[in-house]
Amino acid sequence: MTLGGPSSPADWCAASVSAIRDAVASRRATALDICDAFLARIDAHNPRLNAFLQVFHDHARTQARAIDAAVARGEPAPPLAGVPIAIKDNIALDFGFTTCASRLLERYRSPFTATAARRLIDAGAVILGKTNLDEFAMGSTTEHSAFGPTRNPWDESRVPGGTSGGSAAAVTAGLCAAALGSDTGGSIRQPAGWCGVVGLKPTYGRVSRFGLVAHASSLDQIGPITRTVGDAMHLLRVLAAHDPADATSLTDAGERLNAIESPARPGSASLAGRRIGILRQSLDATNAPSVRDAIERAAEALRRAGATVATIDLPSLDHAIAAYYIIATAEASSNLARFDGVRFGRRADLRPGEGLDALYARSRSEGLGPEVQRRIMLGTHVLRAGYADAYYQTALCARRVIRDEYAAVFATGCDAILMPTSPAPALRLGEVSGDPLAMYLQDLYTVGVNLAGLPAIAIPGGWDRAGEKPLPVGVQLVGPPLGEPRLAAIARVIEAATEPAPTPTAS
Amino acid sequence: MPGPERPDAAPDAQPLSLDEVHAVARLARLDLPADRAELFRHQLGAVIGYVNRLRAMNLEGVEPLASPLEQPGSLAPDEPGPTLSPDTVAALAPERFEHFVKVPKVLGDAGGSA
Repeated sequence: MTLGGPSSPADWCAASVSAIRDAVASRRATALDICDAFLARIDAHNPRLNAFLQVFHDHARTQARAIDAAVARGEPAPPLAGVPIAIKDNIALDFGFTTCASRLLERYRSPFTATAARRLIDAGAVILGKTNLDEFAMGSTTEHSAFGPTRNPWDESRVPGGTSGGSAAAVTAGLCAAALGSDTGGSIRQPAGWCGVVGLKPTYGRVSRFGLVAHASSLDQIGPITRTVGDAMHLLRVLAAHDPADATSLTDAGERLNAIESPARPGSASLAGRRIGILRQSLDATNAPSVRDAIERAAEALRRAGATVATIDLPSLDHAIAAYYIIATAEASSNLARFDGVRFGRRADLRPGEGLDALYARSRSEGLGPEVQRRIMLGTHVLRAGYADAYYQTALCARRVIRDEYAAVFATGCDAILMPTSPAPALRLGEVSGDPLAMYLQDLYTVGVNLAGLPAIAIPGGWDRAGEKPLPVGVQLVGPPLGEPRLAAIARVIEAATEPAPTPTAS
Repeated sequence: MPGPERPDAAPDAQPLSLDEVHAVARLARLDLPADRAELFRHQLGAVIGYVNRLRAMNLEGVEPLASPLEQPGSLAPDEPGPTLSPDTVAALAPERFEHFVKVPKVLGDAGGSA
């Protein structure tokens, strides 16, 4: 791309968030032309990919025209002026439907907009549509959507990952400049890794959860999926702020984001003085060879940039999945109790003589898919009288141990922990759909971060060429609470060293 | 498939009985047809067998951690603010009567919880 911007409107679909914003702000391009280029690309590719569940053609064009008019009047351009963004469909907007990819909420219209989406809109973003997900953000592949799976743009016989699979596929295929996802146990980072884009899971409390349909409230966090680390931080600076509407929003949620990460010693290599820990299990044979190669290449790039790289241990890593699936399902079974067919969503028909219990049970059974029902059952079981101590309370104690193990690593002066996002590249459609435990075990490297409330970023780390088509391989960096700026500075080094993407099939 | 070792044959695995599966479904307000109850018994049994590995951790003296934020969240001041109107809320319900949410009979014959 030349300094003046793309030569044809369609080229905007590969441009960075800041390039689009600057072009709109300086009137080198109109928000409307850029919006139309993305809408045309969605219309061409979404029928195959199923990344979007709804596309807001008219609403997006209206937003884009309003931004062009404001810029023409000489108003200062906000930080996302004219940037086309997609929103995961478990984040409420006061237009369109908020379906959570569930039959139960198929026609649900939210009366309000989530704080995170509101902040993007107020910053000038153009909302293109709502993206597909595993129903209520429960799954790892986006196959558990009531509206059909999303396909991986690199190989359409494979899943994009999940649960933010629609957002990751849309960013990958150039159907939006950036997207919002939500991450309860890896749902931003794992699909970003399997699609070859950047996924940032912020510190718990950094981004407001108000208007995010709750899956597991102590684990959920909204974050950006983008093509570059710089774009992810650009969005985070817009998203992060204290929100009185979310009692778990940090009072300093918006702070410490503009700090310039400069070398520890002036004039030295960019990461001189930084210490990076490689999680010991990252190079185990349980990971695919391409995953181990990506970790080794990333470590080498960090060393070349002057960082000290050493192996670290998280002794309870192997218990994180067990603790996670107890806590997440317990919280989910409570949160989803609100879907009872009475106050909102789908209501089942009753036969004469049937009462409220039949209404609850039939509305839920007809409206919720099998994976959601399985998790509600599991969560109900681990909270049952007589079982709660053995399961839920035990898992909460394990959570503290896991959180403290991360804290102990950072207390030694480690700036970030490098590990895979997943043990293997993207799975084939149907590969784990009948075997929930096999699906859960793919989350080994992501769930601990949510249990501990830490920030983490997934970045492209290379390519797996073992199969018919090349598949992206992600690597992950985990940092201490509110450590996103330093995490991004370290991630940029890996980003710069990673082999660029070949031309995606969807282009 | 790469990934952690699968502990299907964990010696302390206690698969759920079919009666337990139905009892949990009643607590969760879910209707379970017979074929799904059998499938769930198998799938949930495998997950429960797996999560039982937590018993191997030494958790003596460890306090539970329910949220990454150990301090209580910042509470909003207890002052009235804007809220959704009764009409907006009733409009979300699948059945309404004026600005009320309509429900099946809850008292008397055929009403209430079993």
